[in-house]
Amino acid sequence: MSQIFHHSTNTLARVTIFGTLFIIVGALFAIAEFNRSNYITHAFVAREQPVQFSHKHHVGDVGLDCRYCHTSVEKAASAGIPPTRVCMNCHSQIWKDSPYLEPVRASFRTGKPIRWTKVHDLPDFVYFNHSIHVSKGVGCSTCHGRVDQMPLMMQVSPLQMEWCLDCHRNPEKVLRPKSEIFNMAWTVPSDQAERGKRLAKEYNIQSKAVLESCSTCHR
Amino acid sequence: MQQKKDRMNDEVGPIQFGSGNGFSLPVLGQDTPTTPESPDPIAAGSRDAASSEVLAFQKSVEGKSGKQYWRSIDEWAGTPEFEAYVKREYPSQVEVIVDPFSRRRFLQLMGASLALAGFSSCAYQPKEELLPYVRQPEEIVAGKPLYFATAMPMSGGAAPLLVRSNEGRPTKIEGNPEHPATLGGTDIFSQASILGLYDPERSQAVTYTGEIHSWSSFIGEIRVALGVEKSNGGQGLRILTEPVISPTLGKQIMDLLKLYPNATWYQYESAASDGAFQAAQEVFGEPVRPIYHFEKADRILSLDADFLASHPKNLRYIKDYTKKRNPEAGNTPNRLYAVETTATATGGNSDHRIPMKPSEVEMFARGVAAAIGVGAAAEVPEAFSLMIEEVAKDLKAHRGSSLVIAGDEQPAAVHALAYAMNGALGNAGSTVVFTKPLEVNPVAQLNGLRELVADMQQRKVTTLIILGGNPVYAAPADLNFAGALESVQLRIYHGLYNDETSSYCHWHVPEAHYLETWSDTRAYDGTISIVQPLIAPLYQGKSKHEVLAAIIDQSDHTSYEIVRAYWKSQGALNTEASWRQAVHDGFLKESALPAGGLTAKQTSGLLTNVTPQQQPASNTFEVNFRLDPTIHDGQFANNGWLQELPKTMTKLTWDNAAFFSPRDARNLRLENSMGSSGGDFEVDVVELELAGRKIKAPAWILPGQPDGVVTLHLGYGRTRAGHVGTATGFNANLIRNTGTPWNATGLIVRSTAERYVMAQTQTHHSMEGWNLVHETTFDEYREHPDYIHEEEPPTPRDLSLFPNWPYNGYAWGLAIDLNSCVGCSACTVACQSENNIPVVGKEQVMMSREMHWIRIDRYFTGSGDNPNGSVFQPVPCMHCENAPCEVVCPVGATVHSAEGTNDMVYNRCVGTRYCSNNCPYKVRRFNFLLFNDWTSASLKLLRNPEVTVRSRGIMEKCTYCIQRIQNAKIESEKENRLVRDGEIVTACQSACPADAITFGNINDPNSKVAKLKASKRNYSLLDDLNTRPRTTYLSVLRNPNPALKPTKTENA
Repeated sequence: MSQIFHHSTNTLARVTIFGTLFIIVGALFAIAEFNRSNYITHAFVAREQPVQFSHKHHVGDVGLDCRYCHTSVEKAASAGIPPTRVCMNCHSQIWKDSPYLEPVRASFRTGKPIRWTKVHDLPDFVYFNHSIHVSKGVGCSTCHGRVDQMPLMMQVSPLQMEWCLDCHRNPEKVLRPKSEIFNMAWTVPSDQAERGKRLAKEYNIQSKAVLESCSTCHR
Repeated sequence: MQQKKDRMNDEVGPIQFGSGNGFSLPVLGQDTPTTPESPDPIAAGSRDAASSEVLAFQKSVEGKSGKQYWRSIDEWAGTPEFEAYVKREYPSQVEVIVDPFSRRRFLQLMGASLALAGFSSCAYQPKEELLPYVRQPEEIVAGKPLYFATAMPMSGGAAPLLVRSNEGRPTKIEGNPEHPATLGGTDIFSQASILGLYDPERSQAVTYTGEIHSWSSFIGEIRVALGVEKSNGGQGLRILTEPVISPTLGKQIMDLLKLYPNATWYQYESAASDGAFQAAQEVFGEPVRPIYHFEKADRILSLDADFLASHPKNLRYIKDYTKKRNPEAGNTPNRLYAVETTATATGGNSDHRIPMKPSEVEMFARGVAAAIGVGAAAEVPEAFSLMIEEVAKDLKAHRGSSLVIAGDEQPAAVHALAYAMNGALGNAGSTVVFTKPLEVNPVAQLNGLRELVADMQQRKVTTLIILGGNPVYAAPADLNFAGALESVQLRIYHGLYNDETSSYCHWHVPEAHYLETWSDTRAYDGTISIVQPLIAPLYQGKSKHEVLAAIIDQSDHTSYEIVRAYWKSQGALNTEASWRQAVHDGFLKESALPAGGLTAKQTSGLLTNVTPQQQPASNTFEVNFRLDPTIHDGQFANNGWLQELPKTMTKLTWDNAAFFSPRDARNLRLENSMGSSGGDFEVDVVELELAGRKIKAPAWILPGQPDGVVTLHLGYGRTRAGHVGTATGFNANLIRNTGTPWNATGLIVRSTAERYVMAQTQTHHSMEGWNLVHETTFDEYREHPDYIHEEEPPTPRDLSLFPNWPYNGYAWGLAIDLNSCVGCSACTVACQSENNIPVVGKEQVMMSREMHWIRIDRYFTGSGDNPNGSVFQPVPCMHCENAPCEVVCPVGATVHSAEGTNDMVYNRCVGTRYCSNNCPYKVRRFNFLLFNDWTSASLKLLRNPEVTVRSRGIMEKCTYCIQRIQNAKIESEKENRLVRDGEIVTACQSACPADAITFGNINDPNSKVAKLKASKRNYSLLDDLNTRPRTTYLSVLRNPNPALKPTKTENA
């Protein structure tokens, strides 16, 4: 009886059998990576806003401190979005006729809030608190990136749980001196491993077991 | 485990009964084993024509059965239905998951949706917006709640409160710890009032015969009508209010009466205590009322006074009474003799429960009075003679530190006797003081109402203004109030809801909720409390002040201006600084009504003339009407939290019932048959006839109900309450008479062929077969302080195969003192409010699906026919160190934190329910359906933003208020310090008027909770399972009179 299958099918069979494993693993890896991708996380996507507010201009060029607008960052869970009145502190004097700022003036006139689009949007079952991070040596730029270089606000971190846990498991690697918290240009020094340890002790950072506990962020 | 259970069975012998009056305590009998498992030829047939339950009673009367602590009659009797029920966690979910679907179809859909749900994680989150303030108010920091002091007005005394405001919306009610009238405790009504504020069914617009009109057109019309009235001094003008406590409102009404000198003002509410009013008039010559000082009382005789019931006026009493019984506080324990005419929390918590018929209370009081030396010698029934003798002896031995209290529902004679007894015992000025009443103008309310109805019938009334209350529903039936009302030309009703009364009135003006308006009121001790609004009116609500101002031509005055102007004219608050201080504190310091200067006449006719008792026809019952424990007089009927809150003694939800004693039920062959779900009880419907009027009511068998007495709760049977409250229960007002509003004789009971299904929770989440409650006497405890652990040595800590986890930082724990818990359920409502817990409805409660994270298990002790008392056990999550739920979760949705809390991660939960099946404490709650209302706009404002709102298919349970823990920890961390003891207060702890719940760090030996846990009274539930609960209990101590105590009372 003649052979039904050609010789080459042996190779095909081998490739198929062993390849399936790689294909499945590969597919899973692709899905996982897709899930981490900027497409899903929205990182590096500038959102359309009612006012084309530039952090680059206000922070980078003018040199405003973060806390001039985000007043509750040291006090509360939310850093705080400035009320229209804060914008008008300056813009009742400068650029007061600029058409770009009409929504701001309209808001001030009518008493209706400006409807900003949320850029850093955590799921509702996550209870993130700005104040504790800021007071324990985590700087703004660690999570928000070089805001002073962003003409339009965008997210630079994936804001996924593995990213949160990465720090909660190793807080030492991002801790900075308290004087540098609001410094956009702070970079990780070469001896961070040692400095971080010292700072963690100084700030009384909670144990990893506590930081990793579900109820630290989920309620 | 098995061994343990057997040992228990060996020790719990038959219960010996007292001589029929139910004040005996359980004793250990001979070593006869109990018989739940032993074959019983009678009970085995179960659900035939003769119900197993009726037979179970007969069995019990023979003294063969009976557990010592039991929650339902079925449990006590050990019926086969009950045995089968407790073996299952969610007894009925298999049959009825979603009604129209079959199980298979459901699983298909479930599988498909699960598969699809997997993809949802890949989707973009919806775009969300940020809306900052335009001009940010000075004190608001987004995400940081503010607290404002206010008070909830209620008859009998307001509830002083601190209300949490999240970005301008009130979200949670807390007690005001600085207020002298409560010292921080709260009650179920004020806790649930926040839901009332956001009730989407509150009336929202001014209406004229049902059509929407404007406030200004109302003012215009009423001006015209009153202009006519004014011409004859208001001869045809009548005003009907609830009893007015607010000084400002009182002043406004007086001003109105000055303008219309011939007008008349009447006051009425269902809770009217005319007996107390008459007695005060008679004995003191003026309306006064007693204030009790339980902190000084060593011996207390309650004459049917339910002073431990949840109500703002009782909060201080609960605190003082329970503190006196706290052995750790070092006080000498008091002793409470509680006469009661239906099962009440006060009787349950007493040392001697003395059940009797309402008609016997006066005789009993006369007997005790005579033995003390007050009033004429009285003939007392033989059954009570020993008790009367001992009570009188005990009271006399504590002159000046004893106390006799008469219940609000009692007739004038009993009040007069109580006043006289306190006088003779030297208690006046010490344990009881007399002050002027809270009301601006106290009256005999029913007399007034009778007069008003007569005037209306004779067409003397041309304009009737009804401010608050719901008289069409609440007036006793013999008045025919609604019928008379129709002969009034102009009827104006101002109230929170478009209800029974508004449907009979031309104008209906919506009332502003107390959280929406300025006002003033008094707490039970008379302390002036300022009602401060937390939010502008959600609808077009107007306060009573504004309506009255409109009537007296001051319609441009706001509530604030009216209240402020009144207090400017008063000495204490005339300066801006003093006013601001009072608004800030919520009350005016040292403004309690002054005591003293009042002496009781000892020669009142009430003391000597025995009220003639009608000899009721044989085979009739006595009936007593009581305010419902959760929905009160019906004003909270549309409040889902209160409707679903299991009632203190009956654990019924969503219904009232006619309560029968087990013995009467046997005689009438009434049955309560437990359904397969455990929460559904099919009961017989009886027809009740009183003075010619008939109603039908489901008959509920209530252990502790005196024989021959039927108790009916008011407040149900509303016809226009709203979607929640309409058509729940039956209206007991329909057989209530003005002559005998609280207690009546001659009730005829007829059985009907009808059956009715009721939802109750007493058998839900049953932890069967263990020593869950420990109880002993103070004397025993003094002699054998370690009695619990001698009996049941604690499980050694190294029993697990795994090494012990070291808790180095905080270790959160909770201690619940059962000796303090009076079963008021304020904790359950507070938890519901704090943690966004949904209401599920009667059908779901019948399937054991209620969602309360903390339930109150009510155990009767002793025999089913005549229990000695009750123990109330709040059961939240135990937060076991070796938690059985955690190991079975396939997705790691319930895991342990490093600080020992058992965390529930909602976003991981896929709803397998393995955890709740493995929880021996039955504290986990599953969202079988989408119970939370995600659509009603007003209810969104109600939610606590610190807690996730759960969806369908999610398991949930007590978290120890993890949001409060985390927030306190964050604040302490920022200040680089440890969390202080007492800084974290859980919602249940904060609500508790008895300070029965203590939370804290058990790793800190100086913390309050660690000290409590070190007490010898401390024990764990189901300790044998080695779950190591973080929630532990402190045992109950009673202080029975040795002369009335049969023998040793240890419960094993």
